[in-house]
Amino acid sequence: MSSPHLKHLGLWPLGAVALVAALTLLGLPYVLSTYHLGLAVQMMIFALFAMSLDLLVGYGGMPSLGHAAYFGISAYTTALLALRLDLNAWLALPAGLLLAALTAVLFGLLALRTRGSYFLMITLALSQVVWGIAFGWRSLTGGDDGLPDVPRPALGLHLPWSLTDSTPFYYFTLLIIAFATFLLVGLVASPFGYALRGIRESETRMLALGYNVWRYKLGAFVLSAAFAGLAGSLYAYYNRFVSPDYLHVARSAEVLLMVILGGAGTLIGPAVGAVLIVLLENVISAYTERWLLLLGIIYVAVSLFAPSGLIGLLRHFLPWRATP
Amino acid sequence: MNFWLIQTLNGISFGMLLFLLAAGLSLIFGLMKVLNLTHGSFYLLGGYVGLTVLHLSGSFVLAVLVGSLAIALLGVVMERFFLRRLHLQELPQALLTFGFLFIFSDLATVVWGTSPQTIPKPPLLSGALQLGGFFYPYYRLFIIGVGLTVAAALWWVQDGTRLGAMLRASVDDEEVARALGINVSLLFTLVFGFGAFLAALGGVMGGPIVGIYPGADFDVMLLGFVVVIIGGLGSLKGALIGGLAVGLLDNFGKVFFPELALFTIFAPMAVILALRPAGLFGRE
Repeated sequence: MSSPHLKHLGLWPLGAVALVAALTLLGLPYVLSTYHLGLAVQMMIFALFAMSLDLLVGYGGMPSLGHAAYFGISAYTTALLALRLDLNAWLALPAGLLLAALTAVLFGLLALRTRGSYFLMITLALSQVVWGIAFGWRSLTGGDDGLPDVPRPALGLHLPWSLTDSTPFYYFTLLIIAFATFLLVGLVASPFGYALRGIRESETRMLALGYNVWRYKLGAFVLSAAFAGLAGSLYAYYNRFVSPDYLHVARSAEVLLMVILGGAGTLIGPAVGAVLIVLLENVISAYTERWLLLLGIIYVAVSLFAPSGLIGLLRHFLPWRATP
Repeated sequence: MNFWLIQTLNGISFGMLLFLLAAGLSLIFGLMKVLNLTHGSFYLLGGYVGLTVLHLSGSFVLAVLVGSLAIALLGVVMERFFLRRLHLQELPQALLTFGFLFIFSDLATVVWGTSPQTIPKPPLLSGALQLGGFFYPYYRLFIIGVGLTVAAALWWVQDGTRLGAMLRASVDDEEVARALGINVSLLFTLVFGFGAFLAALGGVMGGPIVGIYPGADFDVMLLGFVVVIIGGLGSLKGALIGGLAVGLLDNFGKVFFPELALFTIFAPMAVILALRPAGLFGRE
């Protein structure tokens, strides 16, 4: 949602911000400890996860409460292929995305017939099917013990450094996520992105305009799942461990919280929301065991006081930036 | 023969607990369009409060009454002071009720600890019914009886009273109901409180057979949703039939396919979703 004021100024401010951000991200390994670099990786992964959901919730107006399903399916697929078949990341990562996308086609066919609260419930229940499989099918998934010792990606490129080290892995993640973000930004700025916004505002009007609404919605559902899957597979590589927690409703709800906290429908908002939640979780759980209580309070506070997110608050308190 | 009868009765008694849960969930959804993610917490907290009352007073009846009424009050407070502000905003509602799920779940571990607990059966019902060579615990029969009684009472209220007529009118068209002078806001509070009451009743009554443990809130919430999806939202008949179906599927699933326990519930749900998106008894 770029405001006309920015257009007057041309793209310079945006370009400058992007440049500073890029330089900061590139320089992080030189200033951060291994632990904090890991935290940065987590933030980037969840930022991608939140942006993927934003495509659905913020742009398409489809509030999913089961997005962790695709995150988890892709993570399990990548981990299993790497563990059992020794596949390298060139194959294991895309295979994860593919399976997440295929599941999304199936789930989308079921869920997209409904909307609103019913859509929330159906997506939640469907994601729970996947959780049930991960939990119950012990011989494949290890049940609630999960899959330990997932190897870091082997690229087979004979590079002088190994992705088991934190700095190369950080750059690997940064590169992939930067590329994915680039794609997402392009997607929401494309005619497809504008059609999605139109569907969010009024499906009937879009139908009258001759858009195949159903196909656009399914397209957004599947694309969003693929990006979530990418985040999931990266997280599996980062953690070197996958468990049914990857697919739990708590994770679906958490990523939804990130989206709403930041501001749905902006991409940057959900990314900021993700960074904040990951940061809070790590800082606060170091001091108290009551993180869940606090997280619950954050949920309640966001729903009551900032339902349009930090971006919304910013617009509210800085009226001169508001779009007329 | 005995095996089938016993397992069927086990499934039905668990199904009755699910009915108590799903009836409230379905009413709340039907009337207020709220997806109540806190519903499992009502069940869990009901069980815990019941347990404490039982320890203090030694009376199972008192445990059931105090447990469910206390949680009904909690539901009323939650609706009046929180949910009310988010009328018809499904996303903030989902976040709010999910937040309360975390808050209650964490507070429950502070107060009642993390180890699983069971409510002892009342002495009067701790025996077993004996018919020839067939034994069956009284307590589970008692649950079936309570479930059927609640179902009958709900039916009577829905179809035979003025309150029921107001409810049905508000479910059909909230705006028109308001225009006709029905106090829809009060109905919202009543229904949410009553839904919490039923869930908590299920929690206390389920205590002796299912147990009360951290995480039960998530587990029963999900089962409740499956019941509602299978039966159809806003339908009492759907909650009853769906509850029994899920109770039986869960029970026989655990007996025959322990590895796929949850799958035996979710797979039929997906099939029903594909064939009848509004559920067996839901309106399109």
